[in-house]
Amino acid sequence: MDAGTTTQDSAGMHPGDKPVMSESDIARAITRMAHEIDERTTGAHDVILLGIPTRGVELATRLGARLSEIQGRAVPVGSLDITMYRDDLRRRPARALLPTEIPAAGVDDALVVLVDDVLYSGRTVRAALDALNDVGRPRAVQLAVLVDRGHRELPIRADYVGKNLPTSMRENVRVALAERDGEDGVYLSGPKEQS
Amino acid sequence: MKAHLLSAADLTRDDALLVLDTAQELAQIADRPIKKLPTLRGRTVVNLFYEDSTRTRISFEAAAKRLSADVINFSAKGSSVSKGESLKDTALTLEAMGADAVVIRHSASGAPHRLATSGWIRGSVVNAGDGTHEHPTQALLDAYTIREHLGGGAGDLAGRRVTIVGDVLHSRVARSNVHLLHTLGAQVTLVAPPTLLPVGVEQWPCEVSYSIDAPLPQTDAVMMLRVQAERMDSAFFPSAREYSRRYGLDARRMAALPEHAIVMHPGPMNRGMEIGSDVADSERSVIVEQVTNGVSVRMAVLYLLLGGAPLVADEEESA
Repeated sequence: MDAGTTTQDSAGMHPGDKPVMSESDIARAITRMAHEIDERTTGAHDVILLGIPTRGVELATRLGARLSEIQGRAVPVGSLDITMYRDDLRRRPARALLPTEIPAAGVDDALVVLVDDVLYSGRTVRAALDALNDVGRPRAVQLAVLVDRGHRELPIRADYVGKNLPTSMRENVRVALAERDGEDGVYLSGPKEQS
Repeated sequence: MKAHLLSAADLTRDDALLVLDTAQELAQIADRPIKKLPTLRGRTVVNLFYEDSTRTRISFEAAAKRLSADVINFSAKGSSVSKGESLKDTALTLEAMGADAVVIRHSASGAPHRLATSGWIRGSVVNAGDGTHEHPTQALLDAYTIREHLGGGAGDLAGRRVTIVGDVLHSRVARSNVHLLHTLGAQVTLVAPPTLLPVGVEQWPCEVSYSIDAPLPQTDAVMMLRVQAERMDSAFFPSAREYSRRYGLDARRMAALPEHAIVMHPGPMNRGMEIGSDVADSERSVIVEQVTNGVSVRMAVLYLLLGGAPLVADEEESA
């Protein structure tokens, strides 16, 4: 979960939200990304998808299901919590940890694709790389995101992007997924009212 | 979470569950090749031990080190305390050295509270056992262990029956456990001879029995307490043999427990006194597991107290 992504649990439209991806847009983007992963890795059978909680995990699960269909094998899917590796821990009260589930075979010498919903500053991905480093040594690490909204603060880029979305830093990108929010959709909301 | 952990009675159900859930995630670290997280890098944790301790001190030290904190161990023996230095002067010394958290064990009940509220130090205070008062991290690790074996759906211990047997009078473990287990929904029964029950125990949120044999068949977890000879300045029971016969957990009594029940002991054990050797080494015994879980629970406590922004600074930020 990148900074600048709102995490309300409430579903549906919020006043002033502009829809940028519909349910079918998200489904098509995930299908395309699954094919891209298969193509770019030349059908490698050691791909592991690790979602970054919270919504990265649901996206990794969907991506894994599509990739399993394409490759005709069960692609391992897991989750990787990055809370303990964040660089802004000292700026907010201690937060609850989210589940980390590494597939039983481990990540050593595998091709790990990190999956997140929104790529923004890149700090979440930096923390995920550190977390992954303590779990094992993959042969390569790639990054898949549903939305790349720009404004990187670190030299990090995504290998697979669902949608490039130019934004202003004052705007918010909200990703809703059916498993968690009751519906699929990506929304852009305007600058927050400064009180 | 509050800024300090002084008493299990202060913990709300949500606080306690947050610690247990955090500990559950942190327990995975023990299975990894690199058993370390960078979270508390650059923070200093002082273990201030005025009383002897093996597992609590080592457990706190391991927990702090796995979170990358710097650890300073201080024991009263071999320090200026044996020259007569007061708690205040020791605290001021620690503050001058920049301690972010002080884990304190003291023979005087209330010493951690004094340390936390006196203004001597700014860091968080964690009570690692004070006199006959409280030992909150022990209660948290006991609750964690019970939940691992017998946990219900809601993540708490609703409806579970826990029987705590032995020297309740001198036991900080019993007091902390009664409060915490009650908060988490368990039903606690204390078993002890009348001489080893504290005054006012009838106001604790638990039942009291003078007989160990009555509650055992309905018990999900039985916790044996150590007979604390060092705190007993007069006779509380006629002889060790009689105590062992009436209140000790032997193989015969263990057979009266339900199939799923677990046997716990906070350690150190007096084998042959409150617990038989065959019971302590049996498959029902989770005593070694309790020690392992202690590290995870203490990591969770240190992370929740030290990992985030200081509470005061946070209020300023949002203002």
